[in-house]
Amino acid sequence: MEAVKPVVDFEDRLEERAFSPLSHISAKYALLVAVLLVFIGLGVYAYQTQFREGLVVTGMRDRISWGLYVTMFVFFIGISMAGTLISAILRIAHAEWRLPITRMAEFVTVAALVIAPVFILLDMGQPTRLSNLFIFGRWQSPLTWDVFGLTTYLIGSAIYLYLALIPDLALCRDSKRLKSHPLKWLFKAFAVEWRGTHSQHHRLARTLGIFMIVIIPVAVSMHTVTSWIFAMTLREPWDSTMYAAYFVGGALYSGVGVLIILMAVLRKAFHLEEYFKLQHFKNLGYMLAAFSLIVMFFNVSEYVTEGFKLKGDMHLYLERMFVGPLAPYYWTYALSGMVLPALLVAIPATRRSIGFIVLAALLANIGMWIERYLIVVGGLSLPLQPYHPAIYSPTWVEWSLMAAGIAGFILLITLIVKIVPAVAVWEMLEHRKPKPVEEPVEELEQTRQPGLRVKLGSPFPEKPTPPVDGGRK
Amino acid sequence: MPENNDGTTRPALSRRTFLKLAGAGVLGLTVAGQGLRILTARAESRTEATTAPIGKGKRLRRWSAVIDLRRCDGCQSAGTAPQCAEACIRGRFLPEPMQWIEVYEHELPGGGTRFMPTPCMQCQNPPCVNVCPVAATWSTPEGIVLIDQRRCIGCRLCMAACPYERRFFLWGDPPLPPEAALVDYSPVHQIGAPKGTVMKCDFCTDMTSSGRLPYCAQACPNNAIYFGDLEEDLATNGRNVVMLSSFLSNNGAFRSKEDLGTKPRVYYIPGQGQDVGRSPFTKGLKPVEWPWDKTTEGAKTWKRSSR
Repeated sequence: MEAVKPVVDFEDRLEERAFSPLSHISAKYALLVAVLLVFIGLGVYAYQTQFREGLVVTGMRDRISWGLYVTMFVFFIGISMAGTLISAILRIAHAEWRLPITRMAEFVTVAALVIAPVFILLDMGQPTRLSNLFIFGRWQSPLTWDVFGLTTYLIGSAIYLYLALIPDLALCRDSKRLKSHPLKWLFKAFAVEWRGTHSQHHRLARTLGIFMIVIIPVAVSMHTVTSWIFAMTLREPWDSTMYAAYFVGGALYSGVGVLIILMAVLRKAFHLEEYFKLQHFKNLGYMLAAFSLIVMFFNVSEYVTEGFKLKGDMHLYLERMFVGPLAPYYWTYALSGMVLPALLVAIPATRRSIGFIVLAALLANIGMWIERYLIVVGGLSLPLQPYHPAIYSPTWVEWSLMAAGIAGFILLITLIVKIVPAVAVWEMLEHRKPKPVEEPVEELEQTRQPGLRVKLGSPFPEKPTPPVDGGRK
Repeated sequence: MPENNDGTTRPALSRRTFLKLAGAGVLGLTVAGQGLRILTARAESRTEATTAPIGKGKRLRRWSAVIDLRRCDGCQSAGTAPQCAEACIRGRFLPEPMQWIEVYEHELPGGGTRFMPTPCMQCQNPPCVNVCPVAATWSTPEGIVLIDQRRCIGCRLCMAACPYERRFFLWGDPPLPPEAALVDYSPVHQIGAPKGTVMKCDFCTDMTSSGRLPYCAQACPNNAIYFGDLEEDLATNGRNVVMLSSFLSNNGAFRSKEDLGTKPRVYYIPGQGQDVGRSPFTKGLKPVEWPWDKTTEGAKTWKRSSR
């Protein structure tokens, strides 16, 4: 027993760290929830006004007919990429440093996908007719594609999150620490008799294997059809064949950014310093920088080709964006939203500090929000008839609902990390274990797939393969 | 419960049964959805006034408009705001700031301007219809794009899609005068549409199908607006009747933003008001007025843009 002592210690500490947030509610936590509820309450009041008076209480008008709501919709859809990317792509790549952060990434995806459609509802002139989308839905409409894409993606990510949760729910059910937890019945019900046997592991591994493959094209299609809401129109700024790729790139960028921010917050709040190491921030930072370069590349590709030809009204559009009234937005996005985050990661001095990487992630997301605003409002502000470009200024109703949406997103994550462990305890334990349950190591070695490993610095010492990843036959 | 080799129990619901049940469920939902659709569909309203064939045969009207820009001076000579737009506002009770037909002043390459009255183009490849998620806007067999405001969900995707900016949103409750209550709602005239839905020029097919000209064509003091039927190849401005095809060809007619491929049914004869004595260098239009805030109590209107 002495030989495995450190492992037990690790196990014990991990359980303690992962489960302690579940067992008590601090004053700070209650305060945060209260503040978020105040914002949501303000949003409810604002929506009441809008429901009664109509969208006349917003700053939107005929010429600029979409505003903050659609911006927020696109922004949250973008954020939802976090889960798929980290969880599915890194799982496929067998990048083991992902283990402590996959769970959070999946939280972000599900929460973002719950909030995003709310903004479509807020934007509708006749919200009570939402059911028309299903009763009279035309499959030819880009909006219907979005409805399909979003529901598929949301259900898929929720199942994916739940599947990877089952062993942890069983741990919660069996843990001595959570013996008198009020949600014990919930753990028991949702752990679906998980006992960690070989056949259960095998089946879970297979199901997760299928899901992680399937969820990636679903996510890509989600961002594609979101971009097509714009690209399927004849408006010159949106009339671009590369919009789908641009949106996927932007989604990867802001998704990783949100994940870095959430990781930093939970690290502090739940004292998870042992599991979220600098190396995690660095690795995600590298991804952030890579995606910022991709987004920069798309910017250059789009605007150089358009700017060289200056077809139609693109002259006016580019002039407005680069030197005109939209220039402050564009250059904030370009410089502090793309270039600066990449630099913060590229420069070794700043890269060595978690604070700077979080700053880069924060700047990236502010930048991407501006980018979404520029796409929606900037695109619509280009006049289609001879008149001076229209102006859009959001009203307090729109700002309140935007704040309420962000508060709702934070609240969902705040609640979920109190209900289930924020790190995938079982996966980390599996990774540490010298051998899996009831299975000889040799057999596993054969089923392992070489060559798929991404050698980003792992914060954990290399140990024999976890059964879950290699369990395919 | 059946047992696996390793002693764990297998759920009574096998994968095969589950898949069967799920398949049956999806099928059932689809059938139920279609049934609901049939029960709730209001098909009768979609076709009533606009698809009645002319005469005994199966010929259909193909409504179109020709706007003779040689005769349009933006009502400068009349000294009023564009009367086509004002007649449309009064005839259809349009709330401020809607102008289903709007006169735009375009710059000419050699200096000066010309006026272009711009109604809905009634495209034959209509971008607005193509994007509508609930089929609340559709093309009638006669080629008119109409909106059913009882079905519209107010997503405004059609407004983003329209390259002519000819769609308008009811941002609030429209200030309707008392006489508006005399007609029941119909997509053909759109009077009584609720807030939160989209409106647009409907080519006044309720009037053209009974032999009258639309409000804008009736009101034009210079008879610049012709209405007609491509099928019968005739058009009239209320004074002259022309053979539509040769009128278009002989006068070098064009369509707005032809390169977008929307195939409009509105044609323009190039000009800048020269036939009614306007110099292209006399610029400016009088602003259109909406009478409803004077005739309707508590009317709340809105502007074109935020500021």
